[in-house]
Amino acid sequence: MSEAREEKAAYIRHLLETEGDAVAENTQGFNQGRYESVAELEEYEALKDEARAIKEDAIERLPELIDELTETVEANGGTVYLADDAADANRYIREVAAEKEADCLVKSKSMTSEELEVNEALEADGVEVIETDLGEWVLQVAEEAPSHLIAPAIHKSREEIARLFNAQFDPDEPLETAEELTTFAREWLGEHIRDADVGMTGANFITADSGTIVLVTSEGNARKTAVVPDTHVAVAGVEKIVPSVEDVAPFVELIGRSGTGQDITSYVSFLTPPVESPVVDFDDPDVPFDERDDDREFHLVLIDNGRLAMREDEHLRETLYCIRCSACANSCANFQSVGGHAFGGETYTGGIATGWEAGVYGYDSAAEFNDLCTGCSRCVNQCPVKIDIPWINTVVRDRLNREGDDGQFEFVYDELVPDEEPGGVDVQKRLFGNVETLAKLGSATAPLSNWLATLGPVRRGLERAVGVDARRPLPSFERETLRDWFERRGGHAASKERAAEPRAERGDREVVLYPDVYTNYVDVARGKAAVRVLEALGVHVRIPAVPESGRAPLSQGMVATADERASDVYAALAEHLDAGRDVVVIEPSDLAIFHREYERFLPEASCERLRKNSYEALEYIYGLLENGADPDALRTGGEEIAYHSHCQQRTLGLAPYTRSVLEYCGYDVVESDVECCGMAGSFGYKSEYYELSMDVGERLADQFTAPETKDRLVVATGTSCGDQLDDLLRRDSRHPLEVLDPATPTY
Amino acid sequence: MSVETGAIVERFETSLAELDVAVTRTRPTAFESTLEEVVREPAVGTPLPFASVSLPAWVDARPTPATLESAATGVTAASFGIADYGSVVLPSTPEGAEQVSLFPELHVPVLRERDLIADMPTAIDRLGPRLRDGESAIVATGPSATADMGALVRGAHGPEAVHVILLEDGEVSDGE
Repeated sequence: MSEAREEKAAYIRHLLETEGDAVAENTQGFNQGRYESVAELEEYEALKDEARAIKEDAIERLPELIDELTETVEANGGTVYLADDAADANRYIREVAAEKEADCLVKSKSMTSEELEVNEALEADGVEVIETDLGEWVLQVAEEAPSHLIAPAIHKSREEIARLFNAQFDPDEPLETAEELTTFAREWLGEHIRDADVGMTGANFITADSGTIVLVTSEGNARKTAVVPDTHVAVAGVEKIVPSVEDVAPFVELIGRSGTGQDITSYVSFLTPPVESPVVDFDDPDVPFDERDDDREFHLVLIDNGRLAMREDEHLRETLYCIRCSACANSCANFQSVGGHAFGGETYTGGIATGWEAGVYGYDSAAEFNDLCTGCSRCVNQCPVKIDIPWINTVVRDRLNREGDDGQFEFVYDELVPDEEPGGVDVQKRLFGNVETLAKLGSATAPLSNWLATLGPVRRGLERAVGVDARRPLPSFERETLRDWFERRGGHAASKERAAEPRAERGDREVVLYPDVYTNYVDVARGKAAVRVLEALGVHVRIPAVPESGRAPLSQGMVATADERASDVYAALAEHLDAGRDVVVIEPSDLAIFHREYERFLPEASCERLRKNSYEALEYIYGLLENGADPDALRTGGEEIAYHSHCQQRTLGLAPYTRSVLEYCGYDVVESDVECCGMAGSFGYKSEYYELSMDVGERLADQFTAPETKDRLVVATGTSCGDQLDDLLRRDSRHPLEVLDPATPTY
Repeated sequence: MSVETGAIVERFETSLAELDVAVTRTRPTAFESTLEEVVREPAVGTPLPFASVSLPAWVDARPTPATLESAATGVTAASFGIADYGSVVLPSTPEGAEQVSLFPELHVPVLRERDLIADMPTAIDRLGPRLRDGESAIVATGPSATADMGALVRGAHGPEAVHVILLEDGEVSDGE
């Protein structure tokens, strides 16, 4: 393994050991809470649409909203400063502090202020800066960076915090329980809030029509920070502006649920500064509030720092819709294992962080963790503003790929990988991105290729040269491809006859079975099973030559290659679509690219046509059974099944079909509910991520080795999921099509 | 009380029960005795803008920083309540309602039944014009809380308990 890969693997291993358990427990708790909370929310999808529309409109009109907000805040008696970058913002904030002769500034949690590193800037001037959010304060005491957008100390256990506080503050009685720690923090921080000269907050939303700062919190520290001292500085990215107070409504209902699974946080503050609340002046402790005549100061520091340029970038623009709720992080299987210290850059963490880091700090910062997004798409439906986060990550990966030096690779390698990419693309990425070429070669030379792939020196060489982990068994290629087998048994004409045999009256349905790379060259058995199951239900099959979908290059950030493949695939299928044939897809990740990413590559009409007429195999079979096909024509073995649905299949809402079909045919099904198997295509093969892949996989393995499931037949719909389960469990997994195949004997 | 009001009161009470927040419904005439049962002394408060009730003399209605800090209870008016969430909407006032609702360990929001509304969009529609007039308000739902110290703890920087007093709308003849 290369030095860089080894270094990355070691860092991930370290985090898995030291922070993994706490991160896993907390993020999974938030994630489960979110599922439960949004399930109770009527009109959840409509609220998400509404929220997205508001953000789209606001970002579209951003320059005009900045002007409107500036006028509103100034009319209210505050000041607005639009800072170009962090240095500019910090310079302004330091001036405010200097003018107030501030010794102490209290601060409520704000990612934007983390982005600015304003604490360091103020401390350089001798201003003491105190974080008042309890989690943030723990990290300030520990001198660590946040590992999560909304729960910054998520990686720390109660015991660790107690050890930290006891060592740092030496309290009379050692602190132990969460209550004791909280009380201690409340008192310590309360003292500082009462003495502070300036309070700094962020803003979750800012309304242009009223100049209101909306703060979503639970502790109450933001409220105290904003109203106890006489000077309030709010820092916020320009993207936080929404046109009107009324526009905040859907976000109030979505943000807590999306983040921690709370229906709403304890406090949603709508502060229109300078606020009318009296200053809590402990230098005048006996003057009643109603006798005070305060002259409050308010400074709104709006931060550009790359955002206005992101707005002009057709792919990064969506990042600006982000409301920092952390749903993408909490629903991410990899994040659940390593947290934001691995899955984040200088400030932002989790799925959406790639977009933020690329826009705010540049691509090098995004490069540190961009590969941790496997494109599994589990975050897509969880985002309250419907940001296609995997797409942003893919685009950034593509741009990173293109940063490499052209021509550093040998001509021979370029020949081996007939993609559309420049020479600088990482050799490991190019290998996985060109898996079809590899599969063709492997199949044509099987069984020699398979034998070679088991040899130690070959595996060590592969690991060294391209980072394919030697601990992961490689797929075994079939000499006879699915298409060869299909032609040998008579092709479409024979399939038509077979389909007519049991059900002559329904023998007129005709489908194209999409021969994905894995089915065609590796797991040919599931392809054969698909043909037999369809025929048994009266459907005849065609298997034309169709190229790889583009999923493999897309995963590696090779967007141009994926784009080219999309056109090739459509060209190969167009005639069949014209003829009214449905396309049946076995591999969920290929169906997902047809349905989701092709809209970025194909003309709208073509994409819509393919999307409308392509089906996941079990979804299609479900439709046949619903329309009167006879389930008794299938294998009804009655085994007890442990079923794991592919992540992208779940995102498309297709997981229930497999389950229903199996139950229709008399099987008893228990389904996994972990986010992802941890394999996600090439990810689990990459040596730097092997351990993380296995750690994520353990959660699935745990579900399938529990007393209730340990003797069940393991069934998985995705290629990678099957491979991962085979590696994790001591029993082989099957594809549901094989379970249903009338030619399959009993297991 | 009309059927509609009845349903919304019930919904508000259910939401508060889910939050583990106490609520006492009372007639305006019994307000003082209800308050007496609810508060922990010493208590501070800010003037209630309702014609039917006012703060009794034993609630310090002119708090200072010193009395605010030593108070066990803060009594403030809520502009309205949101039935779906069990939230109370607390206006910020020059008398210090924001601080009084935040510093003491027990917060007692007082609101009228007729000011209960069903849902969040309605609440924010009502807030719009007020905020555009320069006002500020807090949508408060249950006590302050944190999970940052390894377990859920109530009473982080704000109150550890909330006890809502809901003022009945008064005598309504059966014919109405």
